[in-house]
Amino acid sequence: MAAPRSLQFDTLSLHAGQRPDPVTGARAVPIYFTTSFVFRDADHAAALFNMERGGHVYSRISNPTNAVLEERVAALEGGVGAIATASGQAALHLAIATIAAAGSHIVASRALYGGSHNLLSYTLPRFGIQTTFVDPRDLAAWKKAIRPETKLLFGETLGNPGLDVLDIPAVAAIAHEEKLPLLVDATFTTPYLLKPFDHGADLVYHSATKFLGGHGVAIGGVLVDGGTFDWEASGKFPELAEPYAGFHGMDFQEESSVAAFLLRARREGLRDFGACMSPASAFQILQGIETLPLRMERHVENTRTLIDFLGKQAAVESIAYPELPSHPDHALAKRLLPRGCGAVFSFNLKGDRAAGRRFIEALRVFSHLANVGDAKSLVIHPASTTHFRMSDAALAEAGIGPGTIRLSIGLEDPEDLIDDLARALSAAKA
Amino acid sequence: MELRVAGNCAYAYTGGKSFDPKLRAVLFIHGGEQDHCVWVLQSRYLAHHGYAVLAVDLPGHGRSEGPPLARIEDMAEWITAVLDAAGVKAAALVGHSMGSLAVLECAARFSERVSRIALLATAFPMRVSPDLLEATKSKESDAHGMINAWSHSACAHYPSNPGPGFWVIGGNLRLMQRQKPGVLHADFAACDGYKAGFERAAQVKCPALFLLGARDAMTPARAGRDLARAVPNSTVVTLASAGHNLMGEKPDEVLDTLVEFLRA
Repeated sequence: MAAPRSLQFDTLSLHAGQRPDPVTGARAVPIYFTTSFVFRDADHAAALFNMERGGHVYSRISNPTNAVLEERVAALEGGVGAIATASGQAALHLAIATIAAAGSHIVASRALYGGSHNLLSYTLPRFGIQTTFVDPRDLAAWKKAIRPETKLLFGETLGNPGLDVLDIPAVAAIAHEEKLPLLVDATFTTPYLLKPFDHGADLVYHSATKFLGGHGVAIGGVLVDGGTFDWEASGKFPELAEPYAGFHGMDFQEESSVAAFLLRARREGLRDFGACMSPASAFQILQGIETLPLRMERHVENTRTLIDFLGKQAAVESIAYPELPSHPDHALAKRLLPRGCGAVFSFNLKGDRAAGRRFIEALRVFSHLANVGDAKSLVIHPASTTHFRMSDAALAEAGIGPGTIRLSIGLEDPEDLIDDLARALSAAKA
Repeated sequence: MELRVAGNCAYAYTGGKSFDPKLRAVLFIHGGEQDHCVWVLQSRYLAHHGYAVLAVDLPGHGRSEGPPLARIEDMAEWITAVLDAAGVKAAALVGHSMGSLAVLECAARFSERVSRIALLATAFPMRVSPDLLEATKSKESDAHGMINAWSHSACAHYPSNPGPGFWVIGGNLRLMQRQKPGVLHADFAACDGYKAGFERAAQVKCPALFLLGARDAMTPARAGRDLARAVPNSTVVTLASAGHNLMGEKPDEVLDTLVEFLRA
């Protein structure tokens, strides 16, 4: 008997969650530009509101275009479902707000995207949610930081700015030992390079603005439930395992043994916080995902080429990329990221802040802006932009030097990118 | 709701409403390596439309205690014990896959306890290939992969289950993975070992609905129709473009067909 074959990643990137439109025959995903959906009759309306039938009511809660995106990303990640959100930040907030409340505590990697760090450091404490930040490589610190009121462990697959590789199996084991879930920001890796659920993570989110979309035209986020965590057995999540007065006394874990988190995130989080994605953005991000495997392969190939080039330049002091033997997570990267460590990395120019500015201004192909994960190559000089108010000492503490340059490598001809970098390196010396 | 059955806790989802044994009762029985939540939409709808609903976790599955039952005959007897514990004299029984065989056996042997039966994604004989049966014992992860691939007819479902944004195929896999080790093999061995299907089918006195998937690769619709022909008062409904996971792939069609059948 031949074992059946499941659809593979490249095929799922194109087909998961979508079929040709049964009414019009449209092959592409239609953009359902509608706020609301007509009920067949009063009973149908009541059944939709009471979760007796699946279907769409109002586009803040769900929309057919968004549903294709959600199911596609869930399929690629190996989860049980997903929720598309207005941005990656909205996805992070939705994840936290679904299971945490005033008095809750989070343990997070200190190597986070600045926006995430702001949310955890400054904003959530105003709502009574505290975070302890730990060195992501210090497993003992993760364990030590857990308190009775801890609800979540959180890190990025590749940390910011040093590309610290999160040891997902080890951190997940620490979380599970304490009956806690692990949330992972997988924006830099995408499921093409790493599937966090395969390594023990329980929740994953993306800034879909970046590599999932890949074109830099749409802001969005996606929060995926792995369906692996037993919220009831944990005993720490009455939000999911006890009747909820805000939704007809529903016990979400009773409704779904594997998707309780996602049920509450949609039925409460999208309903009440309302950070939903526009169906136009969902369509645009879906266009990107159709070519995700092809693009990620080229992103990584170009990145390797440029790192090889930069490594030979006298003006370059150091490069932080986990595929290099000099990176502290090199061995871990080989284990978790055999397909590559993404297309965002930093290098240190010899010289001061002015050298960094000269480098940036001499570039012609790289675009100077605050984003990553575009098909076009991008660059930023943190010391003169995102971190310009910080002293050199404070920069050093954050792992950023006066000459640190962050690159996001796109899909251009690599020789053109090399020419561009060579010109800028020459200008930086002047 | 938790019941005491044969000394163990038996869990039954009641559709989000308090169970009232005075109402018309419907008892849902899931298939192998699954639990009550495969019925969440259908059972929740019926509970809010005048029925007393029990979507059970079979012993050893989901939240129910005890070892999994080794034979379909044992499951039929367990169903009557659940009805006793819930104070229900007679109920409509709805079963999926392995659960459909338990429903058939129960309706034939305990006809006074069963008002009508719905058999979803059923077949007889429900043989399990030797390779798959061996995998259920020696490598559950491989068996889960095979079952999941065979159970779905498409990679897109509308309106999905339990709603938009849920990836039905991933949810089905996780639900199987959530069951305890050994349950899968016990369930599939019970299906494979059941021999009395045609004999029991001829003894069924109540109305019977056979709800089949045209693209079911686990229990082909042809085999379901063969069994239906052996039941005196049977109706067959075949859902186009549906695989074995009928409730996941076609939740609305399953519900509408059940509502019509139960109302008749």
